This record gives sequence, C-alpha cells and structure tokens, in this order.
Amino acid sequence: MDTQTLTNEISSRKKKIMLKPEKGISSSLVEQISDYKSEPEWMRNYRLKSFEVFKEKKMPAWGPDLSGVNFDDIYYYSQSSIGEADSWEEVPKQIKDTYVKLGIPEAEQKYLAGVKAQWDSEVVYGSVLKTLKKKGVVFMSMDEGLEKYPDLVRRFIGSVVPPEDNKFAALNSAVWSGGSFLYVPKGVKVDMPLQAYFRINARRMGQFERTLIVADEGSFVHYLEGCTSPIYTSNSLHAGVVEIIVKKGARVRYTTVQNWSKNVYNLVTKRAKVEEEGIVEWVDFNGGSKVTMKYPSVYLVGKKARGDVLSLSMAGAGQYQDTGGKVLHLASETSSRIISKSISYKGGRTSYRGLVRVAKNAKDCKVKVNCDALILDKKSRSDTYPVMSILGKGAFVEHEASVSKIEEEKLFYLESRGLGKSDSEMMIVNGFIEPITREIPFEYAIELNRLVKLEMEGSMG
Amino acid sequence: MENNLNITGLVVNIESKKILNGISLTVKPGEVHAIMGPNGSGKSTLAYALAGHPSYKIKAGGIKIGNKLLSTLCPCERSRSGLFLGFQNPISIPGVSLGNFLRTAKSARLRKKKLDLLAFQEELENTSDALRLNKAFLERPVNDGLSGGERKKSETLQLVSLGAKFAILDELDTGLDVDALKIISKVLKDEVEKGLGVILITHYCRILDYIKPDKVHILVKGKIVESGGFELAQRIEKDGYSNFD
Ligand SMILES: Nc1ncnc2c1ncn2[C@@H]1O[C@H](COP(=O)(O)OP(=O)(O)O)[C@@H](O)[C@H]1O
Ligand SMILES: [Mg+2]
Repeated sequence: MDTQTLTNEISSRKKKIMLKPEKGISSSLVEQISDYKSEPEWMRNYRLKSFEVFKEKKMPAWGPDLSGVNFDDIYYYSQSSIGEADSWEEVPKQIKDTYVKLGIPEAEQKYLAGVKAQWDSEVVYGSVLKTLKKKGVVFMSMDEGLEKYPDLVRRFIGSVVPPEDNKFAALNSAVWSGGSFLYVPKGVKVDMPLQAYFRINARRMGQFERTLIVADEGSFVHYLEGCTSPIYTSNSLHAGVVEIIVKKGARVRYTTVQNWSKNVYNLVTKRAKVEEEGIVEWVDFNGGSKVTMKYPSVYLVGKKARGDVLSLSMAGAGQYQDTGGKVLHLASETSSRIISKSISYKGGRTSYRGLVRVAKNAKDCKVKVNCDALILDKKSRSDTYPVMSILGKGAFVEHEASVSKIEEEKLFYLESRGLGKSDSEMMIVNGFIEPITREIPFEYAIELNRLVKLEMEGSMG
Repeated sequence: MENNLNITGLVVNIESKKILNGISLTVKPGEVHAIMGPNGSGKSTLAYALAGHPSYKIKAGGIKIGNKLLSTLCPCERSRSGLFLGFQNPISIPGVSLGNFLRTAKSARLRKKKLDLLAFQEELENTSDALRLNKAFLERPVNDGLSGGERKKSETLQLVSLGAKFAILDELDTGLDVDALKIISKVLKDEVEKGLGVILITHYCRILDYIKPDKVHILVKGKIVESGGFELAQRIEKDGYSNFD
C-alpha cells in the first residue's frame, strides 16, 4: 500500500479514528464533536461556552436524588449510539419479555433494543417526506438542519432554552447530537402527526438530542416522539432539550411517549414560546426511566396566546417520576391549562411540580391547574408541589388537586357486572388516565393502555 | 327447585353489627317479589349481601340458584351465575364509557366464546331506544354526570344487555317521573315475561301497578315480618309501618 492510498484510507475512516467512544466529558471532547461534524465556528463556540456553563451550574437542589448520575461514567458522543446492546443476547430478559407481551415483531424488537443499527426511513417513508417538501416544510435531523439551514438554526437555537437555564440544558447545548429540526411555513397545516411515520426510529433519538420546532404564522403541526416499547440503553443519562417557537396564530402539538429502560435518568428541558393567538399543547407520557424530571413549559408572550400541558406519569418499583408543568403568562388575555395525572404502584413515587405565574402587566388571564394522583398500594407515594404567583389583574384561576386510591365501591360495581377483579381495576385505571389518552392518537392510546396493564399486573388488590 | 333463587336463613353483619336476622325467600323464574320496609330496615343490605359486597358478611344461611351455591362466590362469579343487582345509588366511573364497559363485561361473561360485537351493539341500541336513551348515551362515562332518572335507565339497560336469571332491584323507581317510570317498567315487564325473576325493593305501589307482584314481603329490623299479595302493598301505602313496631 503506497502512502497516498494509506492517507485516503485513514481519512475515510477518520470518523472512527477521531471519535473512539470514551467515557467522560472535557472541552477537548466538545471540540472534537464539533470538528467531527464540521460545524460552523459559532456552533463550536456555542458548545464550548455551554460547557463552561455546565461546569459552573449546580445540580438541582430539589426533587429526586440525582447522586446516581456520574458524569465521568457516561458516553457523550458516538457515531452509532453507544449504549446499544451489541448482540441480542446482551439485551436483558425483562426487556425481551416485555416486547413479546406487547406483541412487537422480532425485527422491530431487535431494532428497539439497538441491536440492529439501520432502518432506512428514507426508503420506507420517502413519499411522506416528498409531500412535506412540496409544502415547504423542513423536517430533518438537527445535524442536517444545521448543515442546510445554518441561519435559521443560529437564529432560534437557545432562544427559548438558553444554556444558562439549568445544568442539563447546558450539558445538552455542549454535546447535543440528533433530534429534529422542523420548520413549518406560514399558513401551512400539516395534517398527519409527524413523527408517527418515523416511530421506528425512536430508538435513534439518542441521549442528548436537541429538537427545534418553528411554526410560522397561522401554521399547524403535530409532532410525535417516542414509543411505548421499552427503549433499552446501558447509558444511564438522557438529557434532551426541545424548543418550540409558535408564531402568531400558529398551533403546535407535541406528544411524547417515553418508556426508557429503568436505569435511565431522564432529565429533559422542554419549552415553548407562544406569540399572539398562538397555541401550544404538550402531551407527555412518562412510563419508563429510573428518575424523570420534566416540566414542559410555556411562555405566553403574545396577547390571547394559549398553552396546555397534559401529562401522565406512572412509577413502579424503583422509579421516581417528578413531572408537571410551568406556564408564564407574560401578556394579557392569555390562557393556560395544566392537567397532570399520575399513578404510583409497587413502591413507585410520583410528584407533581408546577409553577404558574401571571405577570403584573398581563391582564384578564385564565389559569387552570388540575392534578390527580392515583396510588395503588401502601408502599407507593405521591406528592404535589404547586406554586402560583398571580400578579396581573382580572385573572381567573382554578386549581384542583386530588389523591386517591381505587375505591372499593367502584370495584364492586364493576365486579357486580361480571368483570373479574383485575379487569375491574384496570378499567378504573384506564378511566382515570382517559383525559390524557384521549388526546393521544388512537393506535398509541391502545398501546398505552396495554403497557399500563402490563406494568401494573399483579400490583393491585 | 331446579331453577329457583333460594335464600335460606340469611344472617348478615356489617362490621360486627347484625343487620339481617334470618331471611328466607324463594323466587321462581318469571316471578316478581316486592320487598317493602321502613328506612334502615335492611333492604339494601339484603341486595348487597346477595351480590357479594365484601363489607356485608354472610354469617349464616345461603343463597342458591338451582343447585348452585352463590353465597361463597365472589361478586363477579355471582353475576356470571345469573344474579343482577340494580343499585339504589349507582356510582360513577369517570373516563369509562358505558358502551365500552358493557362490551368488556359481556365478553368477560362469555369467557372463552367470542362476543359478536355487531350483534351486541345492535342489541344495545335497541334497548337504548326502548328506554328512550339516545345513541350518544353509550358513549358517556358510566353514571358520570347523569340525572337520577338516567342512572336508573342505565341500570335497566345493563340488566337487559348483560342478561340475568334473577335481578334484585333496589329502589329502581325512586326519583323517577311518571314517564320514566312507565318506560322502565315496560322494559322490565318484557324481561319478566321472558322468565326473569325479580326482587323489587320499593316504597311505593306506583311501580307495582305496572308490574304486578306475585308476592309482597315486609322487612322490618332485618326480618320478614309479613308476606302477602298486592293488597299488602296497598295497605302499607295507606297505613305505613306503624303496626309492625
Ligand atoms: N356500610 C355501612 N356501614 C355501617 N352501617 C351500615 C352500612 N350500610 C347500612 N348500614 C346500616 O344497616 C342498617 C340497614 O341499612 P340499609 O340496608 O341501607 O336499609 P334500607 O335500605 O332498608 O333503608 C341501617 O341501620 C344502616 O345504618
Ligand atoms: Mg336502601
């Protein structure tokens, strides 16, 4: 082999050579990531600056215990997502069993478990992408978005969730990779839920994905991420950031179905900025992970803007779901609704943590907060931490909270019609979560009910 | 007898308090037995105990349909054996639609056999029509946000669609206006004619004018103190229970 060939060989394999997966984080790793992706200078600096913020920021002082997060023991970047199992044999039996019980075909099982690396969405979903393109909708991975639309990305990234927001947003800003970039032009209504067609790719959403959605005036889009099948990873930290900009009169619905394997710390920052008469709706299901801290938030900055946060969490053995919502009313006649439902069982713990603030100059706002917790046994626990600060005049505020268990009288009623005890309990649980599941596309809702049943089997009665 | 509902010497406690003190009653298929009695005499307790509510403990005696002993079974198995309880105050189950509930319950009752969904839906709609309930009613959550009359119609719809050999109906008529009473009575009467045996707990003769009882029993302080025909009900309505003290 002559020298030239050797050089070519090396440069074509540069990726692998440069980014041998290594645990831990440093500014040199951050630089490597940026170099490897051939990013513009400003992004490289953005990452480096964010890394400095990450180092300075303290861990959150409230909520679940995060002492199990060891920043030195995590892979921050890899071409093929590190943490995926290399072979089917490595995937824990419990996960495999769940796939089977959920009735997922074997090919898909391997994909979800990360054994199979490739699934060519371009080929399978090409026609969908074509239709979108015709309408001027930009929908691609964030990495690709940065390459093709650097100005748009530069203008909006960090404009809703700056690195300074919290330690994990800073970390994400430094090492982000993957996620989606979605731009919907003025007046364009996308009539199918977007990610639904790409759900098989949920496995590739990565650990530090960054998603940016810009909905231009009068547009509409429903973005859907995740799947009910448990997503297996040996890497224990997921710190995503989602930013949404809703322009005047636009509407964005963002649905998440999260079922990380139960070793994962799931610490996600999601926020939407909503301009005049715009609407954002977060629909959020958290079923998996060891710890989730997630409070989808809404900044209502334009008159008559509206924001909804609908969230459903369930926590079983060893799980702590700390979820809720945050809404800032910064303009008059804005309205918001937080509906939070949680189920704890088998010793799991859930909490609702919510913040609603109506600014002094925001008049005649409407606020509705509704949080209900269902606790299935004595070992399990649920708490609520609601904070409200209403300064604007003329605000209409409703707040309801409830903690309940499955009532004997309801059970008896259903059983007296010939339903077995566990079927009756499931029916009551499904009824309890119905205000959320009815907002989720039908096929997901069916899966969700199946998943809930699977998780809770044997936990009741 | 072969297909009768047989209640023998039933003693029922709530916590450690004896509420029913030896009730015996035999109802044949297609018969209607009215039970009347002052408030707190134990009528609802009898209904709950028959259906197997866990707080109502059977201390002595038994319940049988034909040769099958029901009193040791769970509520679900009693129901599947053909016993239906129409609740005095049906509880609401938020988020669960009546249609979905009935389909699930009907399937569960069929066990291995598969429910013919279309045929069942048609049956539900026909019965709803007969009860003057519109189609959307099946989509509404079970008893949630319903008026008193609608709840009793829902109980009747459940009775008819799930199917039963014997029904114990606890104050089905209380709070109904004249029209609703007529409508429900008509549907119930059709079931009786097809062989449903009924224990009808009531305070009024009104419903008994529509559905003639074969027997009337007076329950006071947990015991049946007198049994007779329709004229006994008329006497009670006129004179009250003071003679039984
Ligand atoms: N869940 C209960 N716990 C305690 N006592 C009860 C309960 N239900 C009924 N009782 C008592 O049992 C007696 C009979 O009640 P009930 O069967 O409801 O009477 P009726 O239906 O004839 O009005 C009453 O003294 C009532 O207070
Ligand atoms: Mg009563």
